Amino acid sequence: MDFDSLTFQEVTRNFGRRRALNRVSLTCRSAEMTAVLGSNGAGKSTLLSIAATLLSPSSGTIRYGAQTAREGGAALRGRIGFLAHDLFLYPELSAAENLSFFARLHRVSDPANAVDAALRQSNLHERRDDPVMTFSRGMRQRLAIERALLHAPRLVLLDEPFTGLDDAAVAATRTRLSVLRDAGCIVLLTTHDLEAVEPIVDRAVVLAGGRLNAIEKGDGGLRAGYRRLATS
Amino acid sequence: MQRLFLPLLILVAAMFAYAPLAIANAPFESTMLLVQKIFYFHVPSWFVMFSGAFLCAGASVVYLAKGSKNADHYAVTGAELAVVFGLMGLITGPLWARKAWGVWWEWDVKLTLALVVWLTFVAYLLLRRYGGPGSEKLAAGVGIFGAANIPFVYYSVNWWRTIHPKTTVVPTLGPGMRGTFWFCVLAFMLLMVLIIAARVRLERQRARVDELFLELED
Amino acid sequence: MNFVRVVWLVVRKDLLVELRSREILYTTVFFAVSCVLVFAFGFVREGQAMDDVGAGILWIAVAFSGTLALGRAFERERQSETLRALLLAPVDRPALYVAKLIGVLTLMTAVEIVVVPLVALLFQAPLFRHLPMLLGLLLAGTVGFTGVGTMFGAMLARARSRDVLLPVLLYPITIPVIIAGVRGTSALLQADPDPAIARAWLSLLLSFDVVFITLALWTFEPVMTD
Repeated sequence: MDFDSLTFQEVTRNFGRRRALNRVSLTCRSAEMTAVLGSNGAGKSTLLSIAATLLSPSSGTIRYGAQTAREGGAALRGRIGFLAHDLFLYPELSAAENLSFFARLHRVSDPANAVDAALRQSNLHERRDDPVMTFSRGMRQRLAIERALLHAPRLVLLDEPFTGLDDAAVAATRTRLSVLRDAGCIVLLTTHDLEAVEPIVDRAVVLAGGRLNAIEKGDGGLRAGYRRLATS
Repeated sequence: MQRLFLPLLILVAAMFAYAPLAIANAPFESTMLLVQKIFYFHVPSWFVMFSGAFLCAGASVVYLAKGSKNADHYAVTGAELAVVFGLMGLITGPLWARKAWGVWWEWDVKLTLALVVWLTFVAYLLLRRYGGPGSEKLAAGVGIFGAANIPFVYYSVNWWRTIHPKTTVVPTLGPGMRGTFWFCVLAFMLLMVLIIAARVRLERQRARVDELFLELED
Repeated sequence: MNFVRVVWLVVRKDLLVELRSREILYTTVFFAVSCVLVFAFGFVREGQAMDDVGAGILWIAVAFSGTLALGRAFERERQSETLRALLLAPVDRPALYVAKLIGVLTLMTAVEIVVVPLVALLFQAPLFRHLPMLLGLLLAGTVGFTGVGTMFGAMLARARSRDVLLPVLLYPITIPVIIAGVRGTSALLQADPDPAIARAWLSLLLSFDVVFITLALWTFEPVMTD
C-alpha cells in the first residue's frame, strides 16, 4: 500500500461552535516538504491530526493517493509517521524499549537493527537503557522523532519538530528531513520557527482563522511573505 | 409531523383531562381500593421509560454505525424520556407500595430492574453533560450496553427474589378497569410521541444554531 | 497483523511498564485490603461477623478495586497520549481492547489472590471448600466486570470528569455480575452448600461475559474513532 500524494479537498472541522478548519484544500506530493505556519490555536494540530487519520473531518475529503482513510484502513496507517505535540513515549520504559515496542507494533522487519540505527542517528545510544522519564525535553523530542520515522513511512507528519532542540539537533533534524524528502516522502510539518525551516521547505502555507493561504516565496523569503500575509 | 403536532397536542391534553374522570369511575380493586388507582399512571410511566430506553439504544446503534447526527438526537431524547418517566414510576411506585405492602421499597424483579435501567440512563445523561466534547459517541456506547444489560438484570434479580404482583395483574383486571388502563396507556404513549417530536426538533434547532454560529465566522 | 501477536505485544508492554514501578499493583492491593477492613468494621458486631457477609464483601472489594485499577491503567495511557499512538498503529483496534482487558485482568487476579484468603480469614468464611467452583465464579465475574470496565475506561480516557464518570457508568451495567457473584459465592459458603445454584449463577456470568465482550469488540472501533 503506497501512495504519492496527500490531498485535502474542502476539509472543514468543527468543534461545537468553533470552526477549527474552514474549507481547507491542499495537495502535498511525494518528494515535497510543506511547512504549515500559523499562530497558536490556528488549527495546525487539527490539520495534522486529520491527516494522520486520528480525527475525521466534519465535511470534505482527504485522499492518500486515490484512497480515503476508511478505504486504506490499517495498511494506510502503517505508511504514516506522526510526531504529535504529546510525544507518544512511555516514561517508565527505556529509550530502546520504547522504540522496540513501536517497531514491532509497526511490523518493522529486523526491529533490533532498526532501533539501534535510530538511537545512533539521534545520538541517544549511550542512554538507550535509561527510562525516558529521566530524559530532558530535547532528548525526548529527538527520541519521539525517531519513533515517528522508525517504520519508514511514506507520509511524515510533524507537529513542531524543533521544540526543545538545541542548534546542533536542529541542524541534524533538518538534514534528516531533507534526506527523507529527497527519498520521496511526503513531509508536512508545522512550526513557529521560520528560520529553521526556511532552507529546507519547498513551500509554506499559513492557517489563519481556519483558512489556508499559500505564501509566495518572493522577496525577503518566508518571513517577509508571512508578514505580508499576516498584515493583509 | 409539524402539522400533526397541534391536533395531537390537543388530543393528548383532552385525554389527560378526561383521565382522572375515567380513573375515578373505574371500579375499586378488591384489596387495595383507592390506592390501587395510582397504577393507571404508574404502569404507563414504565412503558414509556422502557420505550425510551430502547429508542436510545436503537438510535445509538444507528449513530455508531452510520454517524447520523439525527440518530444522536433520537438517542438523547430516548434517554431523557427514560429518566423523566422512570422517575415518575420510581415515585409513584413506593407511594403505592407503602399502602399496599407496608414498605416503601422491595428488592424484587420489576423494581430493581427499573431502578438499574433508570440509573444507567441517568449515567448516560451525566456523561453527555459532563464528558466534554465528543461524548455523544461515548454515550452511544453506554446506551447500547445499558439496553443489552436489561435481560441480565431481569434474570439475575429474578433468581434472587420476587414479591411484586405478577404480570398477570393486567389480564385479571375487571372489565371496567381494563378500559381505563388501556386508555391511560394510550394517553401516555401519545404524550411520548409528542415529546419525542418536540425534543428532537429542539436538538435539531440547537444543531442549526451551532451551524449558524459557524457560518457567521465565514 | 496477527491479532494474537498484537495482543501479546501490548500486554507485554503493559506488564513491563507496570513491573517497573509496580505502582498500580501495590496501590490497588492495598486499597482492596483497606476496603475489606472498612467493611469488617461496618459489619462485625460483638466480635462476630454477620451471617453471609463474606461473599458480599469479597465482591464489593473486587468491584471497587477493579474500578480503581481501570482508572489508573487508562490514566497512564493518557499521560503522553500513547493511546493515540496505539490507535495510529496498523493493527485491528479490537486487539487493543483485548490487550488492555488482559492487562487489567492480570492485575485483578493478583489482587484477588490477596483478598480471597483475607476474607476467608477475617470472616471465617469457608472459601476453600469448593475451590474450583469459587475460582470459576471469580474468574467469570472478574472477566465480566473488567470487560465492561475496559470498554468504558478506554472510552473515557480522553473525556472530562473521567474519574467520577467511570464508576457512575460502570456500576449499573455490572449489577448482574455482582448479584451473580455474591449469590453464587454465598451458595458455596452457606452451612449447607449448594453447588447446583452456584453453577446456575456461573452460567449467567458466562453468558454475560460472552454477550458484553462481543458487544465491546463490535463497538470499540466506532466509539474510539473521532
